[in-house]
Amino acid sequence: MKYLTEYRDADLVKKTAAEIARIQTRPWIIMEICGGQTHAIMRYGLDQILPPQIELVHGPGCPVCVTSLEIVDRALAIASFPDVIFTSFGDMLRVPGSTGDLFSVRATGGDIRVVYSPLDAVKIAQLYPHKQIVFFAIGFETTAPANAMSVLQAQALGLTNFSILASHVRVPPAISAILSSSDNRVQGFLAAGHVCTVMGYWEYISLAEYFSTPIVVTGFEPLDILNGILHTVRQLEQERCEVENAYPRAVTKEGNLPAQQVIRQVFQECDRNWRGIGTIPKSGWRLRPEYSQFDAENRFSVTDIQTIESPLCIAGKILQGIKKPFECSAFAGECTPENPLGATMVSSEGTCSAYYRYRIREINNG
Amino acid sequence: MCLGIPGKIIDIYEGYGLRMGKIDFEGVTREVCLAYVPEAKLGDYAIIHVGFALSLLSEAEAQETLAMLRQISDFEIEPSLPE
Repeated sequence: MKYLTEYRDADLVKKTAAEIARIQTRPWIIMEICGGQTHAIMRYGLDQILPPQIELVHGPGCPVCVTSLEIVDRALAIASFPDVIFTSFGDMLRVPGSTGDLFSVRATGGDIRVVYSPLDAVKIAQLYPHKQIVFFAIGFETTAPANAMSVLQAQALGLTNFSILASHVRVPPAISAILSSSDNRVQGFLAAGHVCTVMGYWEYISLAEYFSTPIVVTGFEPLDILNGILHTVRQLEQERCEVENAYPRAVTKEGNLPAQQVIRQVFQECDRNWRGIGTIPKSGWRLRPEYSQFDAENRFSVTDIQTIESPLCIAGKILQGIKKPFECSAFAGECTPENPLGATMVSSEGTCSAYYRYRIREINNG
Repeated sequence: MCLGIPGKIIDIYEGYGLRMGKIDFEGVTREVCLAYVPEAKLGDYAIIHVGFALSLLSEAEAQETLAMLRQISDFEIEPSLPE
């Protein structure tokens, strides 16, 4: 496949790793924000071909993982209402709430449907005018343009039976929170390339300056990731702290302006509670008041939510790069992808699930 | 969820009041919304997320990245070859 195969060239991957080893003189700790990149690193064993002094820590860029328990519980409650068709990206169905997950709601009769695009949820609302269709609108800046468009589409069609349960999160405030933490170990960031297709990278320039930390926009193929690491290590070695774009075939500095315009039209900034991490100021988007008729939180009264998180799960520390899955006593024991205690074990972007999928043999072999 | 993948635009049309299109992911085709890439033409490659094209891929930039990496590694592997 064009734009994929050439970035998986094993020979060039090895040579780029060798170049990183050649220029690196000191140990460095680099965080990849995005869970998709974490999975690519584990899948292709990129961490194992890097010099041992380069440590990769895995960030909170897994939307399924950071959606707050309170919102998940609210989703479970709304999905249980009769006359509701609850629609969601497939990843969310197995995420543990305080009691059960969306699969367990479906097992007790809830009408829960997986959609590929938020526009599919709008189509379901057109097909079932006597049902309430709710779309679980989670995600980072990558899903926000699609989710915002579903609201505009429902409005244009005059639908009164469509609403979204919105819990959007944004990357730059998370980087800021990680770098401000007293536990922080991260010295450079790989910024999530696909978030930057939407938002560009202008927001990161002040962060790199303020925290004196290099930030490199990075793609998702093995060669892209090593290229991002190469740029970051080169900056660290040269004591530079700039924003660089190592994914220019997809990302521009200004990003996708029509998408940003629709996001601003439909959503406004808000404080957001990140699961396992806590509230990060101005780190989320919620619906603007003029779209409140499409807000599932207004449409459905859910009041008695009392969240109960697993006492064993250390997902919050893993999402901040403070701990690795191996350091969790429940990892691959009480907590597996089939029976996850925390969302990081569920998602195709979760760090624990990446380690479970690609590193479990190492653990078993000691 | 952020795992956008590149695909080739093989059809462009109006649907649901939006600019829509068909994307070919090497044999698998899917309907996507093209509202955010108004400049897209047939044959362009785009990054697709949850049914929306979010950016068009630049062939020139793609080639430049690869050329830069090849240059670095050639230099590294053959530093002492005679001119």
